[in-house]
Amino acid sequence: MQSFNGKKVVSGIAIGKIKIYKTSTYEINTAQNFDPDNETKRFEDARLIVQRQQHELYEKALVTTGQDTAGIFEAHELMLDDEDLIEACKDFINDKYCAEYAVQTGFDNVAQTFSEMEDEYFKARSADVIDLKNSMLDVLSGHSGESLQANEPVILVAEDLAPSETVKLDKNLLLGLITRQGSQNSHTAILARSMNLPTLIQCHEITDDCEGKFAILDGYNSCVYIEPDENIVKELTAKHEEDIKKEKLLQELKGLPSVTKDGRKIRVYANIGGIKDINAVIENDAEGVGLFRSEFVYLDSKTDPDEDTQFESYKRVLQDLSPRQVIIRTCDIGADKQVDYLNLEHEENPALGFRAIRICLTRPEFFKRQLRALLRASAFGNLGIMFPMIISKSELLRCKEILSECQKELAAENVKIGKFEIGIMIETPAAAICADDLAEEVDFFSIGTNDLTQYTCAIDRQNANLEPFSDTHHPAVLKLIKMTIDAGHRHNTWVGICGELGADLSLTREFVSMGIDELSVNPKSVLPLRAAIRDLDLKELKQEIPVENNNSKPGFFRRLFK
Amino acid sequence: MKEFKYVITDPVGIHARPAGELAKKAKEFKSTATFIKGEKSAKATSLMKLMGMGIKQGDEVLIRVEGEDEEACATALEAFLKEHF
Repeated sequence: MQSFNGKKVVSGIAIGKIKIYKTSTYEINTAQNFDPDNETKRFEDARLIVQRQQHELYEKALVTTGQDTAGIFEAHELMLDDEDLIEACKDFINDKYCAEYAVQTGFDNVAQTFSEMEDEYFKARSADVIDLKNSMLDVLSGHSGESLQANEPVILVAEDLAPSETVKLDKNLLLGLITRQGSQNSHTAILARSMNLPTLIQCHEITDDCEGKFAILDGYNSCVYIEPDENIVKELTAKHEEDIKKEKLLQELKGLPSVTKDGRKIRVYANIGGIKDINAVIENDAEGVGLFRSEFVYLDSKTDPDEDTQFESYKRVLQDLSPRQVIIRTCDIGADKQVDYLNLEHEENPALGFRAIRICLTRPEFFKRQLRALLRASAFGNLGIMFPMIISKSELLRCKEILSECQKELAAENVKIGKFEIGIMIETPAAAICADDLAEEVDFFSIGTNDLTQYTCAIDRQNANLEPFSDTHHPAVLKLIKMTIDAGHRHNTWVGICGELGADLSLTREFVSMGIDELSVNPKSVLPLRAAIRDLDLKELKQEIPVENNNSKPGFFRRLFK
Repeated sequence: MKEFKYVITDPVGIHARPAGELAKKAKEFKSTATFIKGEKSAKATSLMKLMGMGIKQGDEVLIRVEGEDEEACATALEAFLKEHF
């Protein structure tokens, strides 16, 4: 048995034979006696063919791997239109070199420039140029470009794979992917992730003589075993079968409602932090977005972001996810999230300090920029506006007052505003206790369990020394959650949870029995949570022990007395 | 001649696909648009050179537009930058 280490890009296990992938090599004539007119025509013909191929790959990728990876080929199409690149190649042709030589040298020079750049993203772009070069040379030399030729599914080992090579591979013949080079930013990595294919990169040591040998790629431990020992085969085969079973179960849940056996429907939403997460929402089949943290708008900017910039971001999310509801939380800067341009004073106790809605209500002009952007975006999808850190009804009324000022201004400017819901975060004990008063004023509540727990138990969640004293299922927090749900329902206000507890499957029964309407969790947890909900039967829950007797002692002591 | 400044907010900076779209957009006009950052510059129509500038999030670039339709070109490019970068 041999084993080689690499870096994992995608976890999971692949079991099968190794196939070594070899890229084609070209013999290029370096003579300077070619007819420029003829070579120009060959160059132009090849360029158009490759452009068409890239377009076909774009369309293929759109269906098989999604918009993100398809974008690579769209970019390739555009790169082949680049004036400087074409000029550089034609200069060689005019010097009587053949089209192949012109392409090789012209493209290599550009690739070289990219590979010398410091930034990882731009560095990785040299692979795009090399990929295009090889496609051009394939066409010029009449090669078809080797694609994966195998009669059974294999674990493919390559030096590195260009994007068009990766997409051309027949997925039915691929169990896993190993490259000797490559980076986390490379296309191989991006494509492997979207194909969810067990993949190792930078597996430098693996040798060509592994060809045809039986192997197991263990993506969990970032290594590959060649001709593995029996006990390893046994262990990893079992793990592999378990993975397949789990994944199958989850995939089957896509498109199904999150409904308990006795018919109670819970909305399972996702929490996201930026435009980059839109795909994860769709891929994991979340029914909406329960918490869109608008902080990225502020944290990604060096200056106070203006209304139009914000509007474009919100509009994009709403449009892309329509008709799903998207709940956008207004600025939650402060405490652990600081930005320079707001010039906030240093605080001794920032978690209890000048943050979130407190900043917004102190600086209404700053607040209004965001509210106007949100209202304008509301015309493009199904928006919920959520205010964080509310402790009293007067604060909420002030927020609504400023919001309606913005509405009036926009109406006067003839700007279209769509329908939207208004809600607040319940993340302070004060809000939970006054939930009845607050519920009268809003469409929904969303319980932020992380802060609610920290404020209720007076336990700083970032202080590791407090770990023995902390109890994530503290009965006081569960009681506050129950109070909030009941208060909401008395006023026809729906209630959700967007904190980490929402994804805690050991509490799903409890939350559903309390009457929760929505659970918003990180995208990866959506399908497992849906599975847990579909397993519940509320009729069985009738005899459950009430919340308060469930966990009567905090963690440390509970452990002591066990 | 028209000039305006823009601060890149896209996390990856001026990257391939939208840069290609930008080049396409710039070709719609007769004017020449140039991106300038420090000592580096590139025409908006040259995708590779533009990417070669390695413009990142937070970088401020100066865009200079010269030509008969410079007004319209500058407006269109500014709107494009705001939407994509």
